Amino acid sequence: MATWQNSGLWRFVLLALALCAWAPGSRGQTANTCVECHSALDPPLQVTEAQFAQDIHSQKGLTCASCHGGDPTKADMDAMSKAAGFRGKIERSQIPGLCGRCHSDAALMKQYNPGLRTDQFSQYQTSVHGKLLAKGDTKVAVCIDCHGVHDLRPASDLRSKVYPLNIAKTCSRCHADAAYMKSYGIPTDQFAKYSTSVHHEAMAARGDLSAPTCTTCHGNHGAAPPGVDSVKNVCSNCHVFQAQMYEKSPHKMVFQSAGLPGCVVCHSNHEITHPTDAKLGTGPEGVCMQCHTPGDDCDRARAGMLASLTQLDESIKSADHLLGVAESSGMEVSEARLQQDLARDSLTKARVTIHSFQPQLVNQDIQTGLKIAAKDLQAGKDALSERDYRRRGLGIAVLFIGITLVGLFLYIRQVESSPAKG
Amino acid sequence: MPIITHVRSWVDARFDWAKLTEPLRHKTVPIHKLSYWYFLGGITLFLFGIQVCTGLLLLLYYRPGANEAFESVQYIMTRVQFGWLIRSIHSWAANLMIFTAFMHMFSVLFLRAYRKPRELTWVSGMILLFLVLGFGFSGYLLPWNTLAFFATKVGTEITGQVPVIGHTMMVLMRGGEEVTGATLTRFFGVHVAVLPGLTAFLILIHLALVQKFGMSLPPGVEATAKVNPAVVKEMKFLPNFLLREVMAWYVALGVLGALAAWLPWELGTKADPFGAAPAGIRPEWYFMFMFQSLKLIPSKIWRVDGELLGIMAFGLAGAIWVLLPFFEGRREKRGGALIRGAGVFALCYIVAMTIYGYMAK
Repeated sequence: MATWQNSGLWRFVLLALALCAWAPGSRGQTANTCVECHSALDPPLQVTEAQFAQDIHSQKGLTCASCHGGDPTKADMDAMSKAAGFRGKIERSQIPGLCGRCHSDAALMKQYNPGLRTDQFSQYQTSVHGKLLAKGDTKVAVCIDCHGVHDLRPASDLRSKVYPLNIAKTCSRCHADAAYMKSYGIPTDQFAKYSTSVHHEAMAARGDLSAPTCTTCHGNHGAAPPGVDSVKNVCSNCHVFQAQMYEKSPHKMVFQSAGLPGCVVCHSNHEITHPTDAKLGTGPEGVCMQCHTPGDDCDRARAGMLASLTQLDESIKSADHLLGVAESSGMEVSEARLQQDLARDSLTKARVTIHSFQPQLVNQDIQTGLKIAAKDLQAGKDALSERDYRRRGLGIAVLFIGITLVGLFLYIRQVESSPAKG
Repeated sequence: MPIITHVRSWVDARFDWAKLTEPLRHKTVPIHKLSYWYFLGGITLFLFGIQVCTGLLLLLYYRPGANEAFESVQYIMTRVQFGWLIRSIHSWAANLMIFTAFMHMFSVLFLRAYRKPRELTWVSGMILLFLVLGFGFSGYLLPWNTLAFFATKVGTEITGQVPVIGHTMMVLMRGGEEVTGATLTRFFGVHVAVLPGLTAFLILIHLALVQKFGMSLPPGVEATAKVNPAVVKEMKFLPNFLLREVMAWYVALGVLGALAAWLPWELGTKADPFGAAPAGIRPEWYFMFMFQSLKLIPSKIWRVDGELLGIMAFGLAGAIWVLLPFFEGRREKRGGALIRGAGVFALCYIVAMTIYGYMAK
């Protein structure tokens, strides 16, 4: 990342630029002579016209000189002279400051994008990346590592490295590189774990761009791991009701005094899987018994809440099944079907209320759902008995029709056997 | 004196009942191996009667209007005593009636019952067939469910393709540029007032013509009868044929009851004019052959819009079909073979395209 400045390439750049400046066809042109020469160079010095045309800064009228200084209208070494203000390659430590020169200027940025925030640089200075950079560690991420350089696209562009779908991969370029991260002593499995999480599934499989990715919890420019106290704030940004319930729960005080990070204790952080009722169980997915003792009050409360949830879930499934049978028999049960959604809502609400860890609160939601499910089950039973009643009615009607047909047949025979009538 | 005899003599004294019913008492029906085809017209008439009765009952609860139609049909099916039966029978009988009307038309065609002097009986029958299709098209929208809404949208759009008058016709049918509650109310009006009136009038004409010309003999039987009239037996219409017809009606009633009890007509979901059209939207089975044909026609044929050409072709074919008896001309044998060939082709085409329409994704 920051090694090429020491490899002699710098001299090569100067030489190449000089040659380019004297190349046939380049004389007398007033165009961007930087790109003309750099497009002929090999990476990493190469910047093609097509590449630079994609850059949001280029599209907004900025040129190479806006960052690198110099005079791109000159076709010789004067373009890169100190007199022309040429700054050459920007040191990594200088990059955030250089970007911030414009991006922290609210008046200036308003001309280009009034909706864009202008606190990125100040945020960056509070981030782990910014703090380490200030200490002289140039391995940490600076603006160009996440946003790219020379082909920098707005975050709303699908191809941008900071487009929501691409963020986790962008972060993982450093954070999943064990060798690169070795000196920091932090895990490098976050991306692998996140890739198996329910959040990643929502983002990547279902294309829900509002689903959490790295920056949602850690911040982007002010990136930092959420501390023990702030984990609940991070999760509650989206899971508001769960957080409200947790606030009421006996766990809050216990976790706080033990220095445990609320939600993460049961749900983990990067590897958050789809929560099921089994989390309340005693099987491999169960989390309660990691701390609680079998048979204690809490274990009994856990078992009671799990039984209630299971009971409501099964009641809803039974009603669904019966309504399905009635529906496939052609019975009209759309009203009960609609009611089933309310029963499901109660189950969802009960699963949220679980975070209060107060069985009486959970039971309120469960009872509401059970009443609706029982009513729907009865509606299904009624529909099926109505179906059977209709079929019995049909049987009787067919019998009468049959008798009438036989009667008619016999009557026709009688009429036609009588010469006087037939 | 039994009360019936009493009433009969009362009517007889005033209206000469015996004279009024004399033509029916003298009416006979030939007996031959193809006689059973004669029942189809009567079955279609019986199903029309069922439609009138069940339709009147549905009218007691049905409320036309985009905000009420679906709910009122739902109410009929779930709350009204035997409402489910009435609605299901109305829907099934509509489909059976269209089926038997088609069968009746093809049986008349293949038995060549359209020949002189029965040309106008055929023409009135064909107009009745179109009216029956009109019943199907207008009635389909009335429950205001998703399938009906989008099928009507597609159907009226096709009408809009007709040159010169197409757009005006479409706007007239829809009551505006789009299918809305206004379309529903005018479809309702057409379904319960205009079409029944026209149909009743044409049925009277059709039956009067049948009564006037009597039952037609298939050409083969007719030739035998010319040589030896005693070979072709006859039965009296009253009561012999009518009793048999009543038996056929009872069978039809049993089939309707079974369909209504075992396969109640679905209601689906309420139409949402702003919602997306469900995948694989298609019309009712009796319009499927036309729909599938229009789908298969290339968008351009010799610089002419393919769909437009298809609609014109179906319009022309329909007009020719109405006037089919007049194409037989004096060369009865050759003309008859031509019409029979056209009948076989039309039947095969309709069946094949309908099956293709249901199988194609």
